[in-house]
Amino acid sequence: MAESDNIVVETAEKIFADLADPQEINNDKKDSWQAPLWQALTEAGLPLSWVPDDLGGSGASLADGFALLNAAGRFAVAVPLAETMLAGWLLTQAKIASPEGEMTVLPSSPKDRVTLDADGALSGRCRGVPFAKAAKHFAVLAHGKDGVSIALIDASKSRIESGLNVGYDHSDTVTLDKVQPVTIKAAPKGFDQTTMMLMGGVARSLQIAGALESLLDISVRYSNERVAFEKKISKFQAVQHNLARLAGESAAALAAATSAADAIANAQSFDDEVYLEAASAKIRCAEAAEKGGAIAHQVHGAIGFTSEHILHRYSLRALAWRDDFGSESHWAVELGKLVANRGADELWPLVASR
Amino acid sequence: MTAALRFDPIRLPEKCEQLRKEVRAFLAEEIAAGTFDPHKPNREDTDAPEFSRRVGAKGWLGMTWPKKYGGQERSFLERYVVTEEMRVANAPTRRFFVADRQSGPVLIKYAPENIKMDILPRICRGEICFAIGMSEPNSGSDLFAAKTRATKTDGGYLINGTKIWTSSAHIADYMIAIFRTSQPTKENRRHGLTQFLVKMKQPGIQVNPIGQITGQHEFNEVVFTDFFVPEDHVLGEVDGAWKQATSELAYERSGPERFLETYYVLTELVRAVGPNPDTRSAEGIGRLVAQLHTMRRMSVSVAGMLQAGKEPVVEASIVKDIGTVWEQQLPHRVRDLAAFVEETATNRETLERQLDFAIKTAPKLTIQGGTTEVLRGIIARGLGLR
Repeated sequence: MAESDNIVVETAEKIFADLADPQEINNDKKDSWQAPLWQALTEAGLPLSWVPDDLGGSGASLADGFALLNAAGRFAVAVPLAETMLAGWLLTQAKIASPEGEMTVLPSSPKDRVTLDADGALSGRCRGVPFAKAAKHFAVLAHGKDGVSIALIDASKSRIESGLNVGYDHSDTVTLDKVQPVTIKAAPKGFDQTTMMLMGGVARSLQIAGALESLLDISVRYSNERVAFEKKISKFQAVQHNLARLAGESAAALAAATSAADAIANAQSFDDEVYLEAASAKIRCAEAAEKGGAIAHQVHGAIGFTSEHILHRYSLRALAWRDDFGSESHWAVELGKLVANRGADELWPLVASR
Repeated sequence: MTAALRFDPIRLPEKCEQLRKEVRAFLAEEIAAGTFDPHKPNREDTDAPEFSRRVGAKGWLGMTWPKKYGGQERSFLERYVVTEEMRVANAPTRRFFVADRQSGPVLIKYAPENIKMDILPRICRGEICFAIGMSEPNSGSDLFAAKTRATKTDGGYLINGTKIWTSSAHIADYMIAIFRTSQPTKENRRHGLTQFLVKMKQPGIQVNPIGQITGQHEFNEVVFTDFFVPEDHVLGEVDGAWKQATSELAYERSGPERFLETYYVLTELVRAVGPNPDTRSAEGIGRLVAQLHTMRRMSVSVAGMLQAGKEPVVEASIVKDIGTVWEQQLPHRVRDLAAFVEETATNRETLERQLDFAIKTAPKLTIQGGTTEVLRGIIARGLGLR
């Protein structure tokens, strides 16, 4: 996934550069940039990248969509692009057509659950739902007595308590109280909430990796401009070594995320190997967000702590994205259980499986 | 343009998996025959010449080299599989590892044809052991401060001086070393060093053992007194070793040995906690496995870059920096997590013995083969900071 080796990413990067310039967005206190950006993305067919033509989307490959999410991370894009892509992907699993407009997925946390009752109505409380407030529809994974279903519901039928995540993006609580879906179908065999969380986690991992790439670029550039003690701070060994560590964290995040994306894009099913890839990506990217973001701020000093500076657009979003679709602690526990359950002598074969 | 480094998700091709099965079967036979104990990284006798020959007979040494030198012309990814399986099994690779990883490739690039035809097939057969003569008593990380002299004489050079921390010098048949052939210039302080092939076990070379804090004997002091090296043992450009050292580093710094050195304690921890770990153990193991998996994917990616003919020196430095810091911390994290393991765990003694050794090994991991500080300097240069 080089930066612009595919047309989807090229298109997206051009739109981001024109309509989502971080400095302009940061200066715009009224968020008047959001509508034109969303319109341009929609016209290019990007929010429904993962939805085939016959279900209302643009039919891009999984791999292209993942590369697009990585690019979105590099611009710290704050519109529900990833969320709408994931919702479209979820609906497609059950061959449900995607409507136009912003969407997000329910639940967004492995701890929450939506249930399907005998009357075909959906109920449940989902916390930390990204961009629920902006969404016109929700793609929902629900548990009923006959197993797992996938549904499309009208967002206005739910109750939304508005909230903000660490990165100042909407992260809301959505309550469904016997909501009748627009469409509902059984999920394909073997598809469950864990599958959805792994997919969402990989999306977030690619966004975090993208944000870290930008944190590294911005920090390297700043260190080559800022003068202290009569020389550029990039000439101090202590600063160089910090930036080298940031480069390592950025590289590790990108490697983990792109590896997991590649694994999912080429997988027949979500087996243990894909689980290892996806869970590891979320764990490692979240760790990198913490370590790498701290270094980027340290290099910038006080200026990076100001709301006027763009640094926080990346550093805080990277931290916020850790929480969605299962935190690194959640996945670490789950991966640890999987490894323990397979047994000591099956650990290396798992790690070396690809 | 971004400063970020990309590690493309290289997958091991199908033929690697067949090879992996063969390596595992071979190692299982060796373990069954008592050649080595996979649970004992601190073997008393780590020099295993017979094992080395059997690995050579399998065609697993010099795998990527031209067939005319005894190689197999196989890929770096296949070599990667052999290396990681040997490492994870704690196989006694000391005798052949350095020759296979870096001495052979240096000879292929810089040695005259007659020397290649003589030495490379013997490496491939697992018959000979190499050492690397870089550090000196007053020249460690600062390689270009080396003072051991090579003075021109009839038909060759006379070597005088001392190398130190030279791993395996006491069993090595050859050493690839850098010696000073002229003084550094004002413009280039790296000028004046030349790479040589040295035949060990001869008069004029004295190898003195140095005890290590693990209780093992691995490295040595090597003293040269008017030791004669023939002209055709010069490797590459006279006074120009500094141009040659860099490509070697990508081989040396990115392999699985740069994060698997203490891996055995993680396996043993998983065994000790059993199939139903508590939340604390599960989270600890999960994080370590995620970190391990990520490093391996990066390391495999570098093998792919080598296969594509690139010189990924900065990428290799990142793998070694992150990898060695991780394998250094691993025994301490495992110790934390093992603190509440049941007294009755059947492998408790094994784990404790392994931790004892791994904790003593840990300090060297971020020093050998390029310190953390040197690596971060290389990465910083790659970022355009120096």
